[in-house]
Amino acid sequence: MHKKTTYLIPYMLWIGLFVIAPMALILYQSFFNISGHFTMGNYEQYLTNGVYLKMTFNSILYALIITMSTLLISYPTALLLNRLKNKQFWLLLVILPTWINLLLKTYAFIGLFSQNGSVNDFLRFVGVGSHQILFTDASFIFVAAYIEIPFMILPIFNSLAELNPSMINASRDLGANSWQTFRRVILPLTMPGVKAGFQAIFIPSLSLFMITRLIGGNRVITLGTAIEEHFLVTQNWGMGSTIGVVLILAMFVVMYLTRDRKAKGGRIQ
Amino acid sequence: MKKLMMVIALVLFICGALGGINYSMNARTSTSGSKTLNIYNWGDYIDPALITKFEHETGYHVVYETFDSNEAMLTKIKQGGTSYDLTVPSDYTVQRMRRANLLEKVDKSKLPALKNIDSRFMNLSFDPHNSYSVPYFWGTLGIVYNDRYVKAEQVQHWDQLWNPAFKQQIILTDSARDMLGVALITQGKSVNATNTNDLRAANNKLKKLMPNTKAVVDDEIKMYMEQNEAAIAVTYSGEAAEMMGNNSHLHYVVPSEGSNMWFDNWVIPKTAKHKKAAYAFLNFMLQPKNAAKNAEYIGYATPNKVAMKYLPNKVTSNAEFYPSDKVTKNLQVYKDLPLRVIGEYNDLFLEFKMTK
Repeated sequence: MHKKTTYLIPYMLWIGLFVIAPMALILYQSFFNISGHFTMGNYEQYLTNGVYLKMTFNSILYALIITMSTLLISYPTALLLNRLKNKQFWLLLVILPTWINLLLKTYAFIGLFSQNGSVNDFLRFVGVGSHQILFTDASFIFVAAYIEIPFMILPIFNSLAELNPSMINASRDLGANSWQTFRRVILPLTMPGVKAGFQAIFIPSLSLFMITRLIGGNRVITLGTAIEEHFLVTQNWGMGSTIGVVLILAMFVVMYLTRDRKAKGGRIQ
Repeated sequence: MKKLMMVIALVLFICGALGGINYSMNARTSTSGSKTLNIYNWGDYIDPALITKFEHETGYHVVYETFDSNEAMLTKIKQGGTSYDLTVPSDYTVQRMRRANLLEKVDKSKLPALKNIDSRFMNLSFDPHNSYSVPYFWGTLGIVYNDRYVKAEQVQHWDQLWNPAFKQQIILTDSARDMLGVALITQGKSVNATNTNDLRAANNKLKKLMPNTKAVVDDEIKMYMEQNEAAIAVTYSGEAAEMMGNNSHLHYVVPSEGSNMWFDNWVIPKTAKHKKAAYAFLNFMLQPKNAAKNAEYIGYATPNKVAMKYLPNKVTSNAEFYPSDKVTKNLQVYKDLPLRVIGEYNDLFLEFKMTK
């Protein structure tokens, strides 16, 4: 018993200093207005001011679109990767871009999407003519999805790799066709991977701020942009913290909804 | 794993050894610690040759550190633990630092060279009688346009930005006070307006500019304008000077109906430890030849009247950066507004950015 507690110390210190203390500080800050007086006004403003409600709605919508598009690309990719001969090698290629700094990748996209960038050069070459690509919703979602994709492929790939092939064989033996096997066996059994990917992408997408600025040209405003602004420009830490509290609550809601429901048991056991 | 660790250790050792040699070589050439001067300035905001010259002339050793925003500098000095002898806040930040009691009074009897400064740039509202600050550079907020897409006469006034022909063509600077200031000027109000109704009216006008707005960013404006990404941008004269140096199609206009005029100023923080060195440096920088050399390097407008003589005619006759008295008369300097009002400016600006 004594030994167990000594092992716990680093973990407890970590959790206390870097998880609980910052969250408590954010919660504390959120009750102060710009002149340093205690108030509930920040929450009142958040819930009654159309700007913040619209921002919340937009952020959730964008995050959902980003998450869904990554899922749509990642699941088939993970399925394919699992069937390839050197799957670890192909997986490495997918993960490789995550080793490059996020900012550098974003700047690369500015080069590609700008008026004289490669994409517009190509469009002019095929006769479509140049288009405004940078600073649009579409380019924002594209770049965000590109950056998040490896974090969706990885958990799905892992849960597919863990899938016992005899389950699939059994399904085929019992007369299910490919679609039925996928729908009734593969998909439910890899759901934990999908949920893990969802968690890893949805919450960070709610608070993206650098891409909204560099690719979206601040024409896309998410909760993350607002937090950055309140802390760095307005110096209204109270309101920034209030939005932070909302994001933390959103995280708990998503975690709860995507939790592992093994204990209850599903249709397939 | 063992091999990897060996390689990493080797690289660390080589870097450390080279760094150590470099450090010991530098330490030998610099003068003793008591004759130092700690300067805290904006990045790339002084001609490095002048620092070397100052070190040679006076024997002081200059320790130079940089910051990238007034707020960052203010926070660092406020929190203490620093001992900067000189720093360079902008106008409204001088006022804020003065109020927070962070500044040392400037003893003008120790600054004979202060007489070189144009009287137009002395005794301004943010620091009456220049009790705390010495002007360094000044500039304006204006319009940069690309002559490949826009004719000069199309962008001489702020109101012209609302022209429907400029759909999705304009990059705005991401600053609540600058952009609301522009809208306030078009409505004949002061850039220091504090009346909620005036601010709301200005914001409503600004919202109508959204269809013409391509992006709302800061430092990136330089890159986008140089690459012909946008036809028009609202930005500062100093930034404009840099862009124009890299793209000859760009031009800068200060609308004659008025705009913001900003000042960057030397101040001595209360924490200063080498005041004698600070005065020596200020006098050195106020010398007309040095001020001219610096202005030529930085590209901003110098408030040093005598230095103008040493600048190439091409620079001083440039009405874009040294506007005529007629234009200068309408320029307004930002005052430090109460926090509540600054909050209002920023909330309105956020609302503006949310409009589609």
